[in-house]
Amino acid sequence: MSIQVSKAALIQQLQQDILRLQSGHRQSLPPLHTGLGILEQAFPQQCFPAAGLHELISYAPGHAAATQGFLAGLLQHILPQQAYTLWISTWRRLFPPALTAFGLDPSRVIFVDIPRNKEALWAFEEALKSGAVAAVVAEIPNVSFTESRRLQLALEEHQVTGLLHRYQPRSDNTIACVARWKVESAPSLVLGELPGIGFPAWRVQLLRVRNGRPGQWSLAWVDGGFQHRVMLPVAHENMIRKAM
Amino acid sequence: MLQQRYLCLWFQHVCTDWYIRRNAALQGVPFVLAAPLRGRLVVTDSSAVASRLGIHVGMVVADCRARVPELQVLDALPNKAEQLLAALAEWCLRYTPTVAVHAPDSLLLNTTGCSHLWAGEPAYVKEILDRFHFLGYHVRAALADTIGAAWALAHFGQAPSILASGQQVAGISPLPPAALRLAEETCTRLQQLGFHRIGQLLPISERALLRRFGSQLPMRLGQACGQVPEILPNIEVATPYQERLPCLEPIRLLPGIEIALRQLLEALCSRLHQEAMGLRTALLKAYRIDGAVQQVQIGTHKASRHPEHLFRLFQLKISSFEPALGFELFVLEAPLTEPLTAHQERLWAKEHAAEELLLAQLLDRFSGKLGSNIIHRYLPAEHYWPERSLVEAQSLQQTTAASWLRHRSRPMLLLPQPEAIEVTVALPDYPPLLFRHKGVLHRVLRADGPERIEREWWLGDTGPHRDYYGVEDEEGLRYWIFRSGHYATGTPEWFLHGFFS
Repeated sequence: MSIQVSKAALIQQLQQDILRLQSGHRQSLPPLHTGLGILEQAFPQQCFPAAGLHELISYAPGHAAATQGFLAGLLQHILPQQAYTLWISTWRRLFPPALTAFGLDPSRVIFVDIPRNKEALWAFEEALKSGAVAAVVAEIPNVSFTESRRLQLALEEHQVTGLLHRYQPRSDNTIACVARWKVESAPSLVLGELPGIGFPAWRVQLLRVRNGRPGQWSLAWVDGGFQHRVMLPVAHENMIRKAM
Repeated sequence: MLQQRYLCLWFQHVCTDWYIRRNAALQGVPFVLAAPLRGRLVVTDSSAVASRLGIHVGMVVADCRARVPELQVLDALPNKAEQLLAALAEWCLRYTPTVAVHAPDSLLLNTTGCSHLWAGEPAYVKEILDRFHFLGYHVRAALADTIGAAWALAHFGQAPSILASGQQVAGISPLPPAALRLAEETCTRLQQLGFHRIGQLLPISERALLRRFGSQLPMRLGQACGQVPEILPNIEVATPYQERLPCLEPIRLLPGIEIALRQLLEALCSRLHQEAMGLRTALLKAYRIDGAVQQVQIGTHKASRHPEHLFRLFQLKISSFEPALGFELFVLEAPLTEPLTAHQERLWAKEHAAEELLLAQLLDRFSGKLGSNIIHRYLPAEHYWPERSLVEAQSLQQTTAASWLRHRSRPMLLLPQPEAIEVTVALPDYPPLLFRHKGVLHRVLRADGPERIEREWWLGDTGPHRDYYGVEDEEGLRYWIFRSGHYATGTPEWFLHGFFS
């Protein structure tokens, strides 16, 4: 029995050692609160890998908007209060006032619009290395594996979160990242029989996670936080009462 | 020691001459500048033409109008004469390195050791006078060994006059005592006592003058004759922020250029540090041995005197240099500087300051490499019209009193141009049942709205208003569409303007 226990402990210890060697995990820092709830269990150690490159793919403009909304919600959780963030883009269609709905102050977001892919990648890497911001969003469609590897190394070294949104890439080639996401619009979450459009809802897929378990979730943005749809019936009555 | 030589330039109508330079219509017209004094308009400056007609400073404007009916009266600008004299003094630095302003209307140039460069004193004085006459200024000039003698001759003597060295006593003897820059009451008393020329005062002993007229008269007399030294404060011109680095051997390789740049930046930044300034733009000029001059410029978002940061900004650009046979001289200039005190630096060093400084440096690098128009930060504007609801911030620190519209839903993705759609509507003012965008049919399941946004006619904006609807189709995609105009007046057009997340 004791041998078994020690074996389990040993395996756990070894797994943690491997993770540490692969880095991408904040060892000394407390785990980051992303507000993603049970989705975080898909990640190694049930913790959102903050120091890493996250790739988000979208194809239709409606889904791109959903991805941007999801990104804004995520940033609101992982950024410190009153901190600036950078939004580097090769094709910006984002309407800044919409960020307020996701708890992000648009005047704290600095947009860097660079039409050329190569220069945008340079800017992304410089921003990650600068130590000026805790998270950087880049909307660059085409990234090769070598370029992504460079970015990933810079991220791990400087312990920053890089969020790469690829809208209509030429090819959905594999890149070096800790997670590949796909966020799509889903029918909005309506409370009871209320008319009109409800809370924004998304189908969130984790297509690939390093050392984790991919899966699919249904999330909604309710009252300034992520809510899982499967967990909603429990709190449904309360929410209806609140909304009324 | 060289015999000191002073040139006095007396600007008789400096303000009015400046007005004529600005407005050619005043040429040849009698006009005065006037300011209210004890409830009356009093002449403060009269133009050369008006002076010839008998209008003098200190007269009441109503009297002048009675004498010269066509007289024009302009408002006097306060302190204009001092500003003009200071500017003219700076301009005179081309003739001598030491120039002083002698209030209220004269300049004194110490011409010692300068006039031979213009082939002698007569040519030198003529050159200066010609330049001023060309600019339209009325100037009288006199050159003498002492400031007092030059001043006296310029104001009361035959101008232009050049008094030979050591001749000042003989030169000022025929002039009235007022030429000694005396107080008004002293002049009046001398007049009453029958002293009409300075020559009459010279035989009288200094002690007698001191007893009768106070200390001013003997002092001025001594200064004019050269027995008492006189010092005027010379104007000082701010030296530009510029550093030069001549090279013994021509520099051809990048490491050499970088070393030169580092040395220049160290020198410039230490000077900026001493004077509590920071630079906003810097210009590096490299002089090639074949005579070509190459230059690169950088700008910063925040005043900076950090050599390492500035070096990194330059590093992005110096690859554009083409050394060919090599550079022999590097010049670093800071054309635009701002006050930056150590106190300010410490203030920033408190909350978030480290990150903000790093961010400013990062943005400097972006705009240095890719151009400054790529960086945008937005602040809310008090407009409902979507395209106008935000303004671009000019700096990282800028804030506004307006706040973002939180009670209206706005799409995450806004199309730069609204795209036309075809719709099926059950009733006017109802959201559509179906719409077709780019050939794809969308069935609307849920809808919000309408939110009417009127044109901002007070900004000169004309056209139909927009009725916005938020709609969701059966796939769960959410759109922001609008109808332009009413059904009552013709067939309105429908557009897709954005996508909600």
